[in-house]
Amino acid sequence: MHLSLDRGYAMSDTVTLKINGRTITASAGSTLLAAAQSANIYIPNLCSNEELTPYGACRLCMVEIAHGKRTRMVASCIYEVAEGLEVQTVTERILNVRKLVIELLLARNPYHPRLLKISHELGVQASRFKEDVKGCILCGQCVRTCREVVGVAAIGFKGRGRTRTVATPFDKAPADCIACGSCAYICPVKVIPLEDKNNVRTIWKTEFPMAVCKKCGRPFAPEKQLAYFRKIANLPENHFDTCIQCR
Amino acid sequence: MKKLKSPGELAALQAEIRAGRDPKKPCITICAGTGCLAYGTQKIIECFRQEIDKQHLQDRVQLRTSGCHGFCERGPMVVIHPQKIFYQRIKAEDVPDIISKTVLAGEIIDRLSYVDPATKQKIVYEHDVPFYKRQTRYVLGMNGDIDPACIDDYLAIGGYSGLSKALSGMKPEAVIEEVKKANLRGRGGGGFPTGWKWESTRKAAGEPKYIICNADEGDPGAYMDRSLLEGNPHLVLEGMLIGAYAIGSSQGYIYVRNEYPLAVHNITLAIEKAREVGLLGENILGSGFSFDIKINRGGGAFVCGESSALFASIEGRSGEPRAKYVHATDQGLYNKPTNLNNVETWGNVPLIINRGADWYASIGTANSTGTKIFSLVGKINNTGLVEVPMGITLREIVYDIGGGIPNGRKFKAVQTGGPSGGCIPEQFLDMPVDFDELAKIGSMMGSGGMIVMDDRTCMVDVANYFLKFLEEESCGKCTPCREGVLQMRLILDRICEGQGKEEDINTLEWMGQAIIDGSLCALGGSAPNPVLTTIKYFRDEYEAHIKHKKCPAGVCKALITYSVDAEKCTGCHACARVCPTQAATGEKKKTHVVDLGKCIKCGACFEACKFDAIKIL
Repeated sequence: MHLSLDRGYAMSDTVTLKINGRTITASAGSTLLAAAQSANIYIPNLCSNEELTPYGACRLCMVEIAHGKRTRMVASCIYEVAEGLEVQTVTERILNVRKLVIELLLARNPYHPRLLKISHELGVQASRFKEDVKGCILCGQCVRTCREVVGVAAIGFKGRGRTRTVATPFDKAPADCIACGSCAYICPVKVIPLEDKNNVRTIWKTEFPMAVCKKCGRPFAPEKQLAYFRKIANLPENHFDTCIQCR
Repeated sequence: MKKLKSPGELAALQAEIRAGRDPKKPCITICAGTGCLAYGTQKIIECFRQEIDKQHLQDRVQLRTSGCHGFCERGPMVVIHPQKIFYQRIKAEDVPDIISKTVLAGEIIDRLSYVDPATKQKIVYEHDVPFYKRQTRYVLGMNGDIDPACIDDYLAIGGYSGLSKALSGMKPEAVIEEVKKANLRGRGGGGFPTGWKWESTRKAAGEPKYIICNADEGDPGAYMDRSLLEGNPHLVLEGMLIGAYAIGSSQGYIYVRNEYPLAVHNITLAIEKAREVGLLGENILGSGFSFDIKINRGGGAFVCGESSALFASIEGRSGEPRAKYVHATDQGLYNKPTNLNNVETWGNVPLIINRGADWYASIGTANSTGTKIFSLVGKINNTGLVEVPMGITLREIVYDIGGGIPNGRKFKAVQTGGPSGGCIPEQFLDMPVDFDELAKIGSMMGSGGMIVMDDRTCMVDVANYFLKFLEEESCGKCTPCREGVLQMRLILDRICEGQGKEEDINTLEWMGQAIIDGSLCALGGSAPNPVLTTIKYFRDEYEAHIKHKKCPAGVCKALITYSVDAEKCTGCHACARVCPTQAATGEKKKTHVVDLGKCIKCGACFEACKFDAIKIL
């Protein structure tokens, strides 16, 4: 993130805007959330990740922008910075949305520290709403990671509305999954089970055999993941025969 | 049919069709809209065909199956031209009489004529029926003159003249200027000025530019767009052609839900016919302008009526909205400049070009011009489609056109704007209906659904019904809509079951505002409206449920009991006969009783009692 505070000029690829009255310079095309973070202005968020396509689903990062004489609520993780924009990140209207969102998410997942921390910051003691504990908060980071970072799209959303879940196609063993575990790693509330045991990785209710390092003999990665890496990495065929330590 | 190569050839074809038709020849127009087909009209059509064959009248009498006439309450119905004799609720057995007596001998069959319930007067002609008389049917009125499968019918009434006029004498910018001057606003709900949208799309960078007709009508009880697409598909095509020319688009889409099979069928047929005569395709009417249309059938998700979800659906992805911080006019379908208008909006365009912006702007109010089609349903005598000038009062729609509330019951509210609209109470009956006035009182125009409710409608129950609909139709992407609407509905469930808490009303109001402020698209952004408007205007009903555990309208089962008023009960035994659980019992001619232990609160006894002796407490 390009950041230069109040230098009195703007480079052609930057814009100057005001967040909570402070003048900020940010690269054109970046999101309000990224611009705020670069200026050390905190905005809570759960579905945003700088490595992933902006998604705008959790709605915790809502901010208010001046819109003529009125103001407008926008999700800072998908709204692009613009020259002269005036942004407020903490108003009553914003806090009401954030409080509602965290209360609603606590009804799905009442225990994860990350949610509890946000609710604590917002002064929300507990959710008033009927609990239906599902764990997953449907932020979609796993789905986007699988598609955009790993490049395989082994998981996706299923159902709509309250029946929406993250699932493998037809709830069967995912054909495209390489068992890399990126989904479990990225999950902000750690609800995707992943287990490595007896040279087998279990993820999405499917067992994947682990490859054994040809030098040290330790299991180090799922065979499917290595096969996928061999295909896309353009490295010598035997590069992935050994673990990182032995390479 | 040979392809038309110039506006002159189109005019010649129109004249030729008209010349070949005898305006005095009797024409039996039978409504074959979806409503009338559900009444069994198909069988009646067959009977007419057989009877015409039997009496060898093929050359003397014309039979036309048309789209929806609008007066659905009175179907199946026919209108006999040229006099426009109106017969309603006809049966197959009536067909021989209609042909022999009316068509051939000019005699009116009393039993089939409409009797105005208010004056008890028999009404012979369609244009004298109060339901039609007080409407302004510029868009829907053509339905009765057209067999949607017959392009000649549309050409005979001057169809495609608007397109011809635009192509032969107007620059695209002039067409846009005309639509802007007419002040046409989007009929799909938002009321955004159509001309501005067209201009933005025309000026946007990027090729190709797309135009889309949104026929994903999904509001419960609303069927205006369906009836227009079914009944007059060429009107919609002509509107799209004019729009495409103005915007500079060569590819259009019609996104229509697959639950509308007749609409899909008729528009498909219309597109084929229009291609045949050269009104769609390359070099239309020799102007150099080329345009064609693809039909996309939707799976019926309500959210796909939202523009960005609709684009996703056409692109083959799941119908989920994205944030609209970039306008569709800049980046819409396939990230190209896209102009999306609703069926009725497109249907208004040929009128504007044909008759001019000044004429169009003279109808309606200053900021809401033209007419609007509403589907008038619920507790109303004349269920049907009504087209009225903007600015007409709700009272005129409900009482003068709609004929008031059935069984002399009291009007309570009207829900406008579909599930995301609001419930408007009696105090606003004299308010003019237009985009801005409806918004002022917390409702909206929406696509034109109008659900009338009487005093036996529980407003908490109504709010709960709409929330349930939206809960099921939420795509589930953003938290406030997916979880918030669900939690609001759970609170309403509790209230209806007598488990309401003092703080519930405040909680609902607080949640409602936060959901509106926080949701990703307009579905969540308007979902709380039915709750917020019913709390605003019917707070006492909520309080009765919560504080006194009573449902004043006698709807919420957990809060009501049935009993017999001994003074009114005549012992007719009607209640006992219909009671499915033998809870209502008694000897004939003696006062009956309801055993609350057995009663399942189905309300059958209440409906059956002719003496008002069953009480709901």
